[in-house]
Amino acid sequence: MPAVSKGDGMRGLAVFISDIRNCKSKEAEIKRINKELANIRSKFKGDKALDGYSKKKYVCKLLFIFLLGHDIDFGHMEAVNLLSSNKYTEKQIGYLFISVLVNSNSDLIRLINNAIKNDLSSRNPTFMNLALHCIANVGSREMAEAFAADIPRILVAGDTMDSVKQSAALCLLRLNRTSPDLVPMGEWTSRVVHLLNDQHLGVVTAATSLITTLAQKNPEEFKTSVSLAVARLSRIVTSASTDLQDYTYYFVPAPWLSVKLLRLLQCYPPPEDAAIRGRLSECLETILNKAQEPPKSKKVQHSNAKNAVLFEAISLIIHHDSEPTLLVRACNQLGQFLQHRETNLRYLALESMCTLASSEFSHEAVKTHIETVINALKTERDVSVRQRAVDLLYAMCDRSNVQQIVAEMLNYLETADYSIREEIVLKVAILAEKYAVDYTWYVDTILNLIRIAGDYVSEEVWYRVIQIVINRDDVQGYAAKTVFEALQAPACHENLVKVGGYILGEFGNLIAGDPRSSPLVQFNLLHSKFHLCSVPSRALLLSTYIKFINLFPEVKGTIQEVLRSDSQLRNADVELQQRAVEYLRLSCIASTDILATVLEEMPPFPERESSILAKLKRKKGPGMVPDIEEGRKDKNVNGGMEPISTNATTKSTPSPSTDLLSLGSSPALSSAPPSSSAGGLLVDVFTENHAPAAPGVPMGPVADDNFSRFVCKNNGVLFENQLVQIGLKSEFRQNLGRMYIFFGNKTSTQFLNFSSSVICQDSLKTQLSIHIKPADPTVDGGAQLQQILNIECVSDFVEAPVLSIQFRYGGTLQNIAVKLPITLNKFFQPTEMTSQDFFQRWKQLSSPQQEVQKIFKAKHSMDTEVTKAKIIGFGVALLDRVDPNPSNFVGAGVIHTKTTQVGCLLRLEPNTQAQVGGPERVLACALACARCRAVPSPNASLSPSLFTDVPSHTTDKQGHCIAAAL
Amino acid sequence: MYSKTRLAKWYMQFDDDEKQKLIEEVHAVVTVRDAKHTNFVEFRNFKIIYRRYAGLYFCICVDVTDNNLAYLEGIHNFVEVLNEYFHNVCELDLVFNFYKVYTVVDEMFLAGEIRETSQTKVLKQLLMLQSLE
Repeated sequence: MPAVSKGDGMRGLAVFISDIRNCKSKEAEIKRINKELANIRSKFKGDKALDGYSKKKYVCKLLFIFLLGHDIDFGHMEAVNLLSSNKYTEKQIGYLFISVLVNSNSDLIRLINNAIKNDLSSRNPTFMNLALHCIANVGSREMAEAFAADIPRILVAGDTMDSVKQSAALCLLRLNRTSPDLVPMGEWTSRVVHLLNDQHLGVVTAATSLITTLAQKNPEEFKTSVSLAVARLSRIVTSASTDLQDYTYYFVPAPWLSVKLLRLLQCYPPPEDAAIRGRLSECLETILNKAQEPPKSKKVQHSNAKNAVLFEAISLIIHHDSEPTLLVRACNQLGQFLQHRETNLRYLALESMCTLASSEFSHEAVKTHIETVINALKTERDVSVRQRAVDLLYAMCDRSNVQQIVAEMLNYLETADYSIREEIVLKVAILAEKYAVDYTWYVDTILNLIRIAGDYVSEEVWYRVIQIVINRDDVQGYAAKTVFEALQAPACHENLVKVGGYILGEFGNLIAGDPRSSPLVQFNLLHSKFHLCSVPSRALLLSTYIKFINLFPEVKGTIQEVLRSDSQLRNADVELQQRAVEYLRLSCIASTDILATVLEEMPPFPERESSILAKLKRKKGPGMVPDIEEGRKDKNVNGGMEPISTNATTKSTPSPSTDLLSLGSSPALSSAPPSSSAGGLLVDVFTENHAPAAPGVPMGPVADDNFSRFVCKNNGVLFENQLVQIGLKSEFRQNLGRMYIFFGNKTSTQFLNFSSSVICQDSLKTQLSIHIKPADPTVDGGAQLQQILNIECVSDFVEAPVLSIQFRYGGTLQNIAVKLPITLNKFFQPTEMTSQDFFQRWKQLSSPQQEVQKIFKAKHSMDTEVTKAKIIGFGVALLDRVDPNPSNFVGAGVIHTKTTQVGCLLRLEPNTQAQVGGPERVLACALACARCRAVPSPNASLSPSLFTDVPSHTTDKQGHCIAAAL
Repeated sequence: MYSKTRLAKWYMQFDDDEKQKLIEEVHAVVTVRDAKHTNFVEFRNFKIIYRRYAGLYFCICVDVTDNNLAYLEGIHNFVEVLNEYFHNVCELDLVFNFYKVYTVVDEMFLAGEIRETSQTKVLKQLLMLQSLE
């Protein structure tokens, strides 16, 4: 076979490349390049027309210069000229230049597309291929528009050369990826599928890639490919290694094609046709059998190619997850690889086994390899292999082996690479919680986590241990004892101080009987850590101290002394100072009873998906990221005042001005005449010194994007634009509420003349009484301002108040108005009742004024747990086993206002059978109340919005819901 | 460590700065690995399959679900073709004939997929092209 000599054909190019290589310095190289650029430019501009060869040579030099990392701003026209040459070598350089230096200069695109068009219709396979490769490499929308219609025709035409078909198939694939809307398959589908039968295996290889891509998007249309793919695969795996000649690679018949066919089959469930299904099973068995045969070559290429097919076959077996024998055989095969001397195979076996572990058929088989996997964790040199071992241990974990696996992970954590510590911490925390039989073990495990890798224990983890301890009274005493012991260590991690502070503050009394952990000892122990801690931890400890005052009156004096000291009362940090002042004052003036009420034990946390799990999913990257709508810091420590998390996903509006425009027709404005909204806008845009909107004065548009999210929850981000984020945290009790509003300045510039007010329109003024403490007039760049609202519900109400803020940013006055999520349901107190009571009362409330029923379409699927959480968040008690129909939800609660109390019953009847797409009715919600006037009017946001913001994947499940009155 | 990119081929749209950044990142994660390591590295939301031949690294960045060993042997198949085509290929061949290497790549990989795997067929095609003027 003749060798290609160095730079043959273009001597000038070879000389230039040599020159560049001989340059001793960067400067010399740049000098040489500039000289060459000047030379080429003069040649291109010269009077003498260049011949094709010279043009090719200079364009190629420009390309080389570009690839060295220098900008090229000329020569594109000459490159385009080369495209119309009749000589392959000139055309090739032209196309290469175009492909590498894509330039969406519209004039040139037209010329390029013309040249491509000519080549595509030239019937010269070499030129057609060059053109197709160019389209495939550039893949621009312009090219898709120009050629998407021609390429399928070339692909399926009877007289197209094989090599052109290969290029056409992949060219089409690229266009489908970049501009799917422009590549209609329709009429070509069946002929494309039949390329799987082509005699030329290269064509089949390219076509399989195309079909797989198309089938992923549109499985139904390409369903016929399954039987053809199985037939083709069967012929390959049963062929002798010499049958396929060119396509046999190190004694393995067509390994790449086999892999592609197996991947195509993973777009589909197991074939329904028994014959095809049987044939496929035979193929998979043959592949598994071959893995046990002695190798036909010692070369790694042979085993790699063979195992490439094997791993893909195992992926298909796992994908089908239907044949227990195949699954167990696959598991055994992977088990052998776990001990293979090749690192690649051990890695891939660990990875593949992870998916096997989740199949019910093979979970047990995977578990038998636990010792090998643990050993891998200890001995593998490549961190990515150890990472896979951690993943597999996590996947194979269940109640039977959790103690062993968690212990091994903790062991490994001591020496684990920094890059994966946080993930291991999360995994340990999840496993310990999920499979804990014994909560004392759980507490030990988390404290160990903090001891070993405290820096990597995120807030989610230590919040979670506290939630669990609070919710389980059987473990509280043990937890108190254990944290007390752990805190004895001379140097303990700050996270331990937080957990310890919180738990002792709640349950320190449970161990106070022992003189070794008497109240004073507990206090002194915590306080010895105080000065080493950061501000947030100190704030938490201050809350612990006030809790101690309630738990242990005997240490009141000691603690008051601490609170009274200058280092607390005059602390430079406002948060600490405020806590010290307030707690000290509280401890001095409040009676024992009041103290006991204010500082009573935290109520149990609502059960919900572990926030740690959510975090892990987030870490694991795309595809597995769940909705993270809930503000992650909802569970606040000791009712403290940490700012709202900014993680909460909110729709941020692009800019204040577009925000105003886009919300111009906000429903909240219904009470104001339409012109006032436009007027307000003009004022906002054109007036600098717009007086603060007084209550009752028509306002600009009111934002309510996030309003409905707060119907069932109290914390989160209410509003966000480029300048400001407004977060809320609120608590309600009977007819009273307190709302903390956090204004975050997202810019680096100070907001001046900041003012805020709450506006109650019309009758709301008498129904709701709201007091707002005035805020500072400036908010520093990046800083957060907190404001507190005290709310009293005087009588029932429908409308929501509006928060209006105003500030000057960079010389412009900004006005923002947002609907405040204070809704009547916030004043619900849940009420438990029996089934009998419920229905008796339900029947009594039969007059039309006592009942509201609403039928509406659920925006999302009605996941039971999510719906339950919504109903509880709504404020009523969720009554389990009250309704004879288990798919209905019922709830009961009492709305407290200053003037009256109104009992309400709620019944939600999801109707999953209702016709999809039926015009109006889907969910009916009815709410019934003792005093009919108190029934929230049906258009109030209460009931339907419960279900319209349920986050979920599917959209068209439907339901019914009814309510009646007490 | 000094390293130069001899050839880069992109199957997704990136601007020049992003390409440069990607190249540097790939260098950084691949060149620190030794023979005891696997031939696979996680990279952003993808993975890199690579193989070292003397001082040259051949790297392919693929989806995380792609078949590692198939691409690993895809690299070797490509290298064997280069070796045959340039008759005992060395780094200098790739430097001086960079424009031909692009042709070899396009024959074997197109649109980020494997186009042709038969060495005989690829070489036959390359020699045919070589004979054209």
